[in-house]
Amino acid sequence: MLTLTCPYCGVSGEETEFHAGGEAHLKRFISGSTDAEFDEYMFLRENPKGVHFERWRHVYGCGKWFHAARDTNTLEVFGTYSAQVSEPPKEIKDKISAKRPGWSWRNFK
Amino acid sequence: MSKAVSALAGAKASGLVAIEERGLQGMITLRGDFASAAFKKAVKAVLGVDVPGQRAVAVQGEKAVAWMSPDELLVMVPHGEADAIVDALSEALKAEHHLAVNVSDARAVFRLSGMDALVREVIAKVAPVDMAGFGPGQIRRTRISQVAGAFWQPEAGVLDLVCFRSVAQYVFDLLKVSAMDGSEVGHLG
Repeated sequence: MLTLTCPYCGVSGEETEFHAGGEAHLKRFISGSTDAEFDEYMFLRENPKGVHFERWRHVYGCGKWFHAARDTNTLEVFGTYSAQVSEPPKEIKDKISAKRPGWSWRNFK
Repeated sequence: MSKAVSALAGAKASGLVAIEERGLQGMITLRGDFASAAFKKAVKAVLGVDVPGQRAVAVQGEKAVAWMSPDELLVMVPHGEADAIVDALSEALKAEHHLAVNVSDARAVFRLSGMDALVREVIAKVAPVDMAGFGPGQIRRTRISQVAGAFWQPEAGVLDLVCFRSVAQYVFDLLKVSAMDGSEVGHLG
């Protein structure tokens, strides 16, 4: 089971208090995009064994959305951060690099 | 106008701790920008307390203000005064982007009282919260078994819990089972 810390209310809660919201940092391609771009945005998702970035919502608590970086293999949570960013902040990346040298996820590393 | 009644009309039960539905309680949802000076001033002027810090509850006589999220407060007032206080808040916050709504009749409130360790234990059985680190002055919004709820301790040995009115019977029955005689765990000293 995951233990996540909500960056908005500071609660360290277990997984059942939150709700997973799918892959993080997706860029939307809708009208005006090519079929290939739309296809990738709509249907193609990462499925890594290891470092992964997700959106979560503190659904039974403050109700806010946030981002979480975790390892899908060990369930280790590297950190959680604000929802209002389009890529992981540096301190989260550094934390992951310290524990999983050479990691990469989509175009982040 | 029809007469207001609470969800379970003051139902009571006892076991490890006493459980009581508290009857009518005025509650107001107040949302706005906590960083704004005008918001802070309005809360202080109308409710007599400062905007509480993260997950804190501020009590002032019959009124209490609880931190629900970074932009939401739960204001507790006597039931009959709720509408007047909503009006006062709306007036004081006229120039601010905000929301003040009387939600009194959408909620149910329960009070658990008894030995402090047992009060916290009854909650620890039904909510994923470390009750060893919980005490007066804090509020925690969380999951009460299968439904959303929030609780705080006005003082040691007393715990107030709010949930939606539609699940009041469920929560009452759940607390009753959690507080059944002979079911103490004794983990919380």
